Amino acid sequence: MTVHPPPVALLCELTHRCPLRCAYCSNPLALEGASDELSTGEWMNLLDQAADLGVLQVHFSGGEPTVRQDLAELVAHAAGRGLYTNLITSGVLLGAPQIMALAEAGLEHVQLGLPDCEEEGSTFITGFKGGFARKMTTAQAVRDAGLALTVNAVITRHNAARLPRMIEMAVDLGARRLEVANVQYYGWGLKNRAALMPSPDQLKAMTPIVQEARERLKGVLVIDYVIPDYYAKRPKSCMGGWGQQFVNVTPSGTVLPCHAAETIPHLSFDSLRERTLRDIWEHGMAFAAYRGDHWMPSTCKSCDRKEIDWGGCRCQALALAGDAAAIDPTCVESPYHATIRALAEAEAEAGSDAITYRSFTLPRTA
Amino acid sequence: MTGRVLIADDSVPRLAPHVRLRYDEARSRWAVLAPERMLLPDDIAVEVLQRLDGQRTLAAIIDLLAQEFQAERAEVRGDVIDLLQDLSDKGFVTA
Ligand code: SF4
Ligand code: SF4
Repeated sequence: MTVHPPPVALLCELTHRCPLRCAYCSNPLALEGASDELSTGEWMNLLDQAADLGVLQVHFSGGEPTVRQDLAELVAHAAGRGLYTNLITSGVLLGAPQIMALAEAGLEHVQLGLPDCEEEGSTFITGFKGGFARKMTTAQAVRDAGLALTVNAVITRHNAARLPRMIEMAVDLGARRLEVANVQYYGWGLKNRAALMPSPDQLKAMTPIVQEARERLKGVLVIDYVIPDYYAKRPKSCMGGWGQQFVNVTPSGTVLPCHAAETIPHLSFDSLRERTLRDIWEHGMAFAAYRGDHWMPSTCKSCDRKEIDWGGCRCQALALAGDAAAIDPTCVESPYHATIRALAEAEAEAGSDAITYRSFTLPRTA
Repeated sequence: MTGRVLIADDSVPRLAPHVRLRYDEARSRWAVLAPERMLLPDDIAVEVLQRLDGQRTLAAIIDLLAQEFQAERAEVRGDVIDLLQDLSDKGFVTA
């Protein structure tokens, strides 16, 4: 087999620690503790390996990456290796001096999570009081430091009606890019799906709002729109294809093809503490398992979209169809497609508000 | 809030802050890196982007390209404006 081209992007989950407890958090239910986290030196070593391998972009994420005291040091190291750096943050722990320090370290871009355009909804979904005001201050400080800002508006049944105000808020905050991101159901988000899922009517209302705003704000704000794929006809291109472009490293150094990959029990994952990034990327069992089309069901193999969406998401295929090698059930070609949509509609209709907030100790029902 | 930038002859187009044009050694091609997006410019776009130095006006850039590639100025002008307006609307270029 020929050696596979290197990944374009590396996502470093620097830590799973986070003061927020978001209902939609895509981190795994079994969070990794602080004592297992890679050291500063180990992260730097990974960044060197990534640059040597051909990675172009690094996303510092978590958990809340700003919990790590060495964040600016890691940003500087990545920038020094010519890597394009992005910080994915809730913004609640960042003061203006820290943001300035990150900018000076060479950070290019901040992606700020916006759970709602008002305090009450924000507190409800994140389980954290006072976060909303801090996010607003952080956005301002990001702009003042001259960094590029993307607002990531996370859409659920609870805030869908406030989408127009969230769009205006992104403009007012000085963002150049907005992600209108319907929740993707992984980790805690999957667990809380019934409490988050929007209704088909809400979805129908969202699309024209986004289209109108895109037109009106052309050249001012770029809007990327992620629909809830349970209501889609075709699956999303998960990670640009398994093992094609993207690599994810957990706080303790486990290397994953996507952040949810550990939910697939028959895969085995390698650690940076034992193998090099290149070795894992090129020869790791988990990467080889669903890379390309060798594993695909015949419907996908013969489909002209197979190199567009790569058969969709393996984790979702496992979670919803019971087989990680099945067609992603969000595809109309899947025998489960109608069931999945009906499930989403029923959950939205039932309208439960019961949330299991993210925590390090698994709730007993898990 | 700032309005939409319209690329005109006296504009001084440049890459937006935090947008980088870099040669990607591993894949032997040029890449434009931007917040969570990447663009693979074609050869002509690379030639144009390399000439955005934050000093030259659009008119000067067009002159330069027309001369170097011995092409019809009006044609070059149309292509360059289309390209840069599109990149500006997508947030890659500012003026
Ligand atoms: S989604 Fe919420 S809880 Fe999860 S890491 Fe982000 S801010 Fe923290
Ligand atoms: S059949 Fe497979 S490849 Fe085709 S659209 Fe559906 S999931 Fe994608």
